[in-house]
Amino acid sequence: MQRSQISNLGENVVPEIKFDPELCVTCETIDCLMKCQYVKFAGISDAKAEKSKINAGEESRVLNECLTCYACQEYCPYNNNPFYLLVERQEEKGILPAPKPIIEEQLRMMGPRGRITPQKVRSPVVNMCAFPMLAGCVRGKLFEGASVISGNDMFCNIMWLHFAKNSVIRERVPKMIDNIMSFYLTDSKIDEMVCFHDECYGTYTSVADAFGISVPFKPVHLFDYISGRLDELSDRIKPINTKVAYQRPCSNRLSPETDKMLDDIFRKIGAERVPRKYDRENALCCGGVPRAQQRDELADELVEKNISDMLSTGAKYCVFNCPFCMATLGQEVAEHGLMPILVSDLVLTALGE
Amino acid sequence: MNDFIRQLAEITGPGFVSGEPEERYLYSMDQGTMPPVSPDAVVMPGSTEEVQQIMRLANKHKVPVVPMGGGLVLSGLTRALHGGIILDMKRMNRILKVNPKSRYAVIEGGASEGMLQAYLKKHHPELKHSMPDAPPIATLAGNICIHGSGHLSVLGGFHSDMLTGMEVVLPTGEIVKSGSCSVSTDWFARAPLPDLSGLFLGWSGTTGVVTKLGIRLFPSYAHNDMLIFVCEDADLMPDVISRLTGVQVAEDMTPWMTPKPEWARGFLHINISYGAHSKKELTFKRNLLQASVKKYSDQKIAGFLPMPPPQKSRFLKIPSSDLVTFADLRKGGGFEYVGAIMAIEHFAEAYRAGLNIARTYNVSYSMGARIIGAGHAMMFFYAYAFNRADPEDIKRAQHALEATNTAALEIGGIPWKSELPAQKQIIDKMDPGTFNLMNKIRSVLDPNHIMNPGNWEK
Amino acid sequence: MWLLRAWLDGKITLSQRFAEIMFSCTACGNCTEHCPFPGFKNLLLEAFTSGRESFLDDGLVPAGVRDYLTRMQLHGNPYGLPGKKRADWAAGTDIAPFTDQEYLFYAGDEGSYDNRGQEIARSASRLLAKAGISFGILTGGENSDGNDVRASGETALFEDLAKKNTDLFNNKNVKKIITLSPHSFNSFKKDYPKLGGNYQVFHYTQILAFNMGKLKFRENPEPVLATYHDPCYLGRHNLDYYSPRMMLSAVPGIKIAEMDRNKKNALCCGGGGGNLFTNVLSSGYESPARSRAREAKATGAKIIAVSCPLCAIMLEDAVKTEGLAGDLRVMEISEIINDRIM
Repeated sequence: MQRSQISNLGENVVPEIKFDPELCVTCETIDCLMKCQYVKFAGISDAKAEKSKINAGEESRVLNECLTCYACQEYCPYNNNPFYLLVERQEEKGILPAPKPIIEEQLRMMGPRGRITPQKVRSPVVNMCAFPMLAGCVRGKLFEGASVISGNDMFCNIMWLHFAKNSVIRERVPKMIDNIMSFYLTDSKIDEMVCFHDECYGTYTSVADAFGISVPFKPVHLFDYISGRLDELSDRIKPINTKVAYQRPCSNRLSPETDKMLDDIFRKIGAERVPRKYDRENALCCGGVPRAQQRDELADELVEKNISDMLSTGAKYCVFNCPFCMATLGQEVAEHGLMPILVSDLVLTALGE
Repeated sequence: MNDFIRQLAEITGPGFVSGEPEERYLYSMDQGTMPPVSPDAVVMPGSTEEVQQIMRLANKHKVPVVPMGGGLVLSGLTRALHGGIILDMKRMNRILKVNPKSRYAVIEGGASEGMLQAYLKKHHPELKHSMPDAPPIATLAGNICIHGSGHLSVLGGFHSDMLTGMEVVLPTGEIVKSGSCSVSTDWFARAPLPDLSGLFLGWSGTTGVVTKLGIRLFPSYAHNDMLIFVCEDADLMPDVISRLTGVQVAEDMTPWMTPKPEWARGFLHINISYGAHSKKELTFKRNLLQASVKKYSDQKIAGFLPMPPPQKSRFLKIPSSDLVTFADLRKGGGFEYVGAIMAIEHFAEAYRAGLNIARTYNVSYSMGARIIGAGHAMMFFYAYAFNRADPEDIKRAQHALEATNTAALEIGGIPWKSELPAQKQIIDKMDPGTFNLMNKIRSVLDPNHIMNPGNWEK
Repeated sequence: MWLLRAWLDGKITLSQRFAEIMFSCTACGNCTEHCPFPGFKNLLLEAFTSGRESFLDDGLVPAGVRDYLTRMQLHGNPYGLPGKKRADWAAGTDIAPFTDQEYLFYAGDEGSYDNRGQEIARSASRLLAKAGISFGILTGGENSDGNDVRASGETALFEDLAKKNTDLFNNKNVKKIITLSPHSFNSFKKDYPKLGGNYQVFHYTQILAFNMGKLKFRENPEPVLATYHDPCYLGRHNLDYYSPRMMLSAVPGIKIAEMDRNKKNALCCGGGGGNLFTNVLSSGYESPARSRAREAKATGAKIIAVSCPLCAIMLEDAVKTEGLAGDLRVMEISEIINDRIM
């Protein structure tokens, strides 16, 4: 697990994903594939055969059928980065999870703009990633005194895992980290950054570790930050005493330990996280990414399953932490009578803001 | 002229006639690149009878008359090239009748697109008409007479195809009717009679003044959605368009190609909108559209952009506001486009010609098309933005437009709502018999040659 | 805009006719609301105001505008009446002069001098008192708010009027103002702070909307359909479409039927920019006020509810001219309410 392999691809030396094939050889459960909600296997031996093909860099149907939901990263009991490796293999083989022009266009759309200017920031620094339109979420006592940074020049770039583009992650993430440091944190002598999204936290912890990218600041998960603030603001909390259904996003699979922090948050604000069939380890994709893969009928099915599951719980709110999940499901959720809301906004409600 | 203006004022009342420099200036041009030409006066009639009296007066004194709707044609068709009067129809703006079962509306000649849209929304929410992507003040009559197209053109063709009949005041002052309304009290169709409407469609106001018209309405759906198809190869486009229109569920299809924003440069997109009475039907229609081009998405060379619902709302707005943003690209609010009507198989040629011209003349461009019918034709447009305060910039845009007209004709297309120089180019290429017949018809309808003279002349 | 551009480019010259066009603008803000160009749209009204300033500099001003501005300059109000008569509207009421009450109630030009405006001022102040609001009025000495003088392009005169008012208000230690007219509201709120007048400013409907619960309405009121006409300076200019509607919806028996053009799309009554006094806009069939009266009639309403004395005066005239006086009444909101409370 600790060794970092170097493979020689032509003239470019690309550090490979941190991964130990021996662990898979000795693995008896192949949870990474057996627990997959989307690709089906005849049995453990079938899964094992496919997994060894992936590991060896051979053709495997999994490379084509994968929904890119990140869940196998969480399922693997050895933290052996099965998903990152799978994406690596997809790219090596030129497998396109979505049509080429769609990937190319997104690559340009989300590319760095070079429009960043140095700015003095104060702690807590909240990174809104490429979603400046959500900067309004950072308000009230909860985020008192916070500096918000955002824009394409600090985009976490984790989305390329959905599009077989580990190379883009390797190329862009170090630049983004450099931007964050040199334009904001270094001069302000700050070494912590609150990640508003699971995506960013996953990038600067799990992805950075697996890809061998060094992160000079300490990423703080939003849940960690909120939970701490709630302790400080405990006298202001008016328990909301409401049932909430949580839509766990794919990127939380990269930091499963934070899901327990969310439980703490809900407990502190008096929200009851209703047991859902599709929550926690069994969380189901919101349906956004399959549409890029041109699998709209599957996406419709995922939306339908998520919604009917939520409705059966009697929850009043559908809580999101991922803005993309909220954009994908929010309208549908609202049409079915649940109120879509971001975790931070729900907490603000409990704080009377 | 002063005496003539006084006589006009007797017809309409003094508040609706002006020969003052301010009005003459305002009515000397449109937002496009054609040079201004001042009329001698501007008059706003309030009824068919007033139009009739004005035409009789003008005909008697051989004063040129230029009928005008919103004045938004951009190609200078409502300039008084030989002086005379601009007949601004905007006061005649009533919606006279809506027949919800036979799905048509009867309106006055100056009624605007926005007014009918608002009227239907309020009184007949189950109906809609095909809105062009023009400012809502554009008139229905003007748009139909230039063979406009809009948000239901895949479903219903050119807006002139949606015309069910007209009332027109001839240059000599007679009132004529075309279509079923000439026989019946109903305005349901132009069939089965000799189709006299053609005498006034596409003539740039050189044959008469439209005072009333009937237009087709269509079902307005409770559920609406859109898809954006994207590919990188212009040569695929005719087949893609043919496949997408082949399933017959889209209301509107508008390809677009633009270098700004930067991410879009080099990609060819098609916005496809469709509606349904239920969500189930909507999904069914989406699946049909997607299946029609599965050949390409399976090869991963093209596909549909993933768009969460909130991102779509901007594209579902009718009329679209995108062109407005483009119009201000160079600041100064100048904007003109050449639309050329052509067969869809020329898509790639038309696109490449546009790229060449933009490069040659160094102009900010945006290209696109509106598909007409089930792939029966398209209005391919080349839009060039310019700064109205910069004469050099205007000149560059003008040259680019001229080159585009030439290219469109070479490809086998025909410039749409063509400005004066393009009209001459079209006539040069036109079958001589056709042009002779046009002149014969004109001399019968307009013996004194007072209607928008200077247009459609050699 | 095209004419101003043409003038700046030397393509047309300033003329009486051009002046009439420029001064017929009521500064209603509809152009700003509907202009699709961000940034530019916010400069439209300023451009028109600057344009009018040039006409004033050249002395090319319609007679009505000239007389209006002269009266403003000489008397501090558009009626040419003595300043000391400003508080006459309150004669016979028990409204106290402003001393240390919470609010100053500013009745404005129409509320102070126009007969109809005075009725409205009395009605609105009566309702404020019923709702337990502590306010007083100035008894002469104050000037016109100057809002429409500013819109006409006569900036120096506006600043003079504003200066006199702010000096007076500051002397009297005014902190909060309730205005009768949305025009005063706009001016006090947006322009006075730049001239040394910093007050918390409210339109009277904004105070009353939150105090409706304090009023006791008579039982079994006659049901009436009313339509509400948004004044430009409360609505489009200050984005408050709701206070007056909140008031109306709290009145038992009143149902609201919206006109086609409402809230941000509302049609101006034609009285802004000094047009109430200058008459540059025609009062013909297609005038804004008459057009609005017909639009109100089309809703089936029996009452046009207004919250601006200028709108009341303009629309009342229009309703009469249209021959609708028999079945359509123009009523200011507090009048509707005063009729229905105990």
